[in-house]
Amino acid sequence: MKNVLLICNKEVKSYFVSPIAYLLMAFFGLIFGVGFYTATRQLMQYSFQMQMQGGGPSMNVNEQIIRPLLGFASTIALFLVPMITMRLFAEEKKTGTIELLLTSPVRDLDIVIGKWAGAMTLYLCVLGMSVLDVALLFAWGKPDWKPVLVAYLGLILQGGVLLAVGAFISTLTKNQIIAGGVTFFVCLLLWLLSWFTEFNSSALSSVVNYLSIVTHFDNFAKGVLDSKDVVFYLSFIFFGLFLTSRSLESLRWRS
Amino acid sequence: MIKVEGLTKRYARTVAVDNISFEIEKGQIVGFLGPNGAGKTTTMRVLTCFLPPSAGTASVAGYDVLENPMEVKKRIGYLPETPPLYPEMDVAGYLDFAGRLKGISSADIAKRADEVMEKCALGDVRYKLISKLSKGYRQRVGLAQAIIHNPDVLILDEPTSGLDPKQIIEIRELLKHLAGEHTIILSTHILSEVEHSCERVIIISQGKLVATDSVSNLTNRLRGSESVAVEIEALNGHPTSAEVQQRLEQVSGVSRVVGKDPKDGRMSFEVESLQGRHIRSDLARSVVNAGWSLSELRPVGLSLEEIFLQLTAAEAKAGHKPEAKADKPMDQKKDEQPEAPKQ
Ligand SMILES: Nc1ncnc2c1ncn2[C@@H]1O[C@H](COP(=O)(O)OP(=O)(O)OP(=O)(O)O)[C@@H](O)[C@H]1O
Ligand SMILES: [Mg+2]
Repeated sequence: MKNVLLICNKEVKSYFVSPIAYLLMAFFGLIFGVGFYTATRQLMQYSFQMQMQGGGPSMNVNEQIIRPLLGFASTIALFLVPMITMRLFAEEKKTGTIELLLTSPVRDLDIVIGKWAGAMTLYLCVLGMSVLDVALLFAWGKPDWKPVLVAYLGLILQGGVLLAVGAFISTLTKNQIIAGGVTFFVCLLLWLLSWFTEFNSSALSSVVNYLSIVTHFDNFAKGVLDSKDVVFYLSFIFFGLFLTSRSLESLRWRS
Repeated sequence: MIKVEGLTKRYARTVAVDNISFEIEKGQIVGFLGPNGAGKTTTMRVLTCFLPPSAGTASVAGYDVLENPMEVKKRIGYLPETPPLYPEMDVAGYLDFAGRLKGISSADIAKRADEVMEKCALGDVRYKLISKLSKGYRQRVGLAQAIIHNPDVLILDEPTSGLDPKQIIEIRELLKHLAGEHTIILSTHILSEVEHSCERVIIISQGKLVATDSVSNLTNRLRGSESVAVEIEALNGHPTSAEVQQRLEQVSGVSRVVGKDPKDGRMSFEVESLQGRHIRSDLARSVVNAGWSLSELRPVGLSLEEIFLQLTAAEAKAGHKPEAKADKPMDQKKDEQPEAPKQ
C-alpha cells in the first residue's frame, strides 16, 4: 500500500509539472463549457416559448441538460484517456527508469495500481472542470442531485476501465505515440461498437453490447444505479490491472 | 555472496551470455571486463532480477533470482548503464523517491539522502532539476540512488563513464570505502579502473567467460615468459644495432629480440625470454663482456591491457577458451559477430 501511494504520488507530480495536465483540464473545461452553454440556451428558449404560450410541460433540468451533457462528457473522456495513459509505461521503458522500478523491492501489481491511481487522479481533476458548470445549474434550477451523482459515478467508473486499458497498452511499447494511438483506436472502437449494436439484435451483438463499455454507461446517465453495471466496471478494472501487471512481468521474458 | 552457475541468456537471435559460472565472496570488489557487446550488462540484468536467465541459475546472498526475487532486490543496489533518472524531478526529490522505493522508512529517508548526497558530492545541485544536470552529475545521482539503502551487494554498470578524472578518483575511493561490508561488481572497459579498484577480474568476451582470477595472478599467469627492455649507449656509431641484436639473441633463454628506433644515441631493444626462464643477469653479463655500456635493463610486465587484448583476441580468433566448455559450433559464433557492435 505504501508503495502504491508512493508511485501514485510520483505519477501525479510528473503530470502536474508538465503542461499536459493543465492542457487536458483546459481542453475539457472549454469543450464542456461550450456544450453547457448550448444546452442551457436551448432550454431557456424552450421554456421561454412555453411561458409565452402559457403552461406546457415544465422544464426538466435533469432530463434536458444534465443527462445529455454528462453523456457528452463520457464521449470526450474517450479522447482524453489515451493522452493520460500513453506515457505511463512507454516513457519509463524509453528512458530506462523502468530498470529502477523493476529492480526495486516492489511488487509489479503495486507499480501498476500506483500508476493507474495516478492516472485516475488526473482524470478526476479533468472531470472536476465540469463541476463548476453543473453547480451553476443547481444555483439556477432545481435539479434532482441523485441522478447527477450516479452519472458522475458512471463517468468515474468508465474512466477507470479505459485508463486500465490504456495502461495495459502502454506496457506493450516504448513509443508513447504508438501507445497513445492504439489506445485511442481501441477507445474509438468501443464507442463505435455500442453504436453498431443498437441497430442489430443478433446474439453476437448482445454479447458485444454487454461487453461494450459505453453501453453500461447509459444506465448511469439515466440516473439508474444498477449493481450489475458497477460490478461490470469494477471487474473490468481489476482484470485490466491484473493483465497489465502480467504484461509488465512478461516484459522481462520478451525483451 | 553471488553465485552464478551455467548462466545463459538468449535474446531473440543472439546468445548474449553463454554458459558462464563464477562466484564472488562477500566483501570483494570484482571488475567485470569485456569488449562492447560481451554480455556484461546482460549478466548484471540477470543478477538484479531485471531479466530472467534462459538457462542456469544465479543467486545473491543465497536467494535465487527466479525463486526469490524480492529478497534479492532488497539486497542489491543497481546502477544501470543509463542512470534511471526522472528528468522532471530535482535531485533531492529523486533520491527521496528512490530511497522510499527501496524501502527506507520516512523517518530515515532525509538523513540517508543527505548522506549519499555528501558521499557523491551532490550538495551543490540538490535542488536542481535532473534534466538540467550534466552527464557526470547524472552519473553521480545514479550512483547515489544505488547506495542510498546501504545494500549488501552493489552492481554498477560502468560507474565512471562520463566522469572527470577527479571524480573518477573520488568514486574509486568511495568504492574502496564501501568494499569490505559491501560486495561490489563493476563493469568497465577501462582496464586501469580494474587495476586500481578491483581485487578480482572476470573477463568475458562474446558471452563467454574468458578468465576469472585475482588481478596479480592473472598478470603472472599470463606472463609465463619474461620481457625485458634493454638500452645500450652507442658511441660514434659503435656498436651497430645489428651487432647488438645478434649478440643478445645468442644469450641462452632468449626467444626473441625486437629492435626499436634509437633515440639520443641510445639503442633500445625488447627481449623476450622462453617460457619460465630468467634472462636478466645473463643479458647484463653478455652486454658488459662485449664492452658496451648498458644504460638500462628493465623488466616489462604485461599490462592488463595487453592481457585483455590477448585473451579476447584469442577467443575471437580460435573460438578457444581456457575456462568454459566449448559446446557451440564455431560458425554459429561467426554469425553473431556482426551483431556485437549494435549497442
Ligand atoms: N534487448 C536486447 N535484445 C536483443 N539483443 C540484445 C538486447 N540487449 C543486448 N543484446 C545483445 O546481447 C549482446 C550482449 O549485450 P550487452 O549489452 O550485455 O553487452 P555489454 O557487455 O554490456 O556491452 P557494452 O560494453 O557495449 O555495454 C549484444 O550482442 C547485444 O547486441
Ligand atoms: Mg553494457
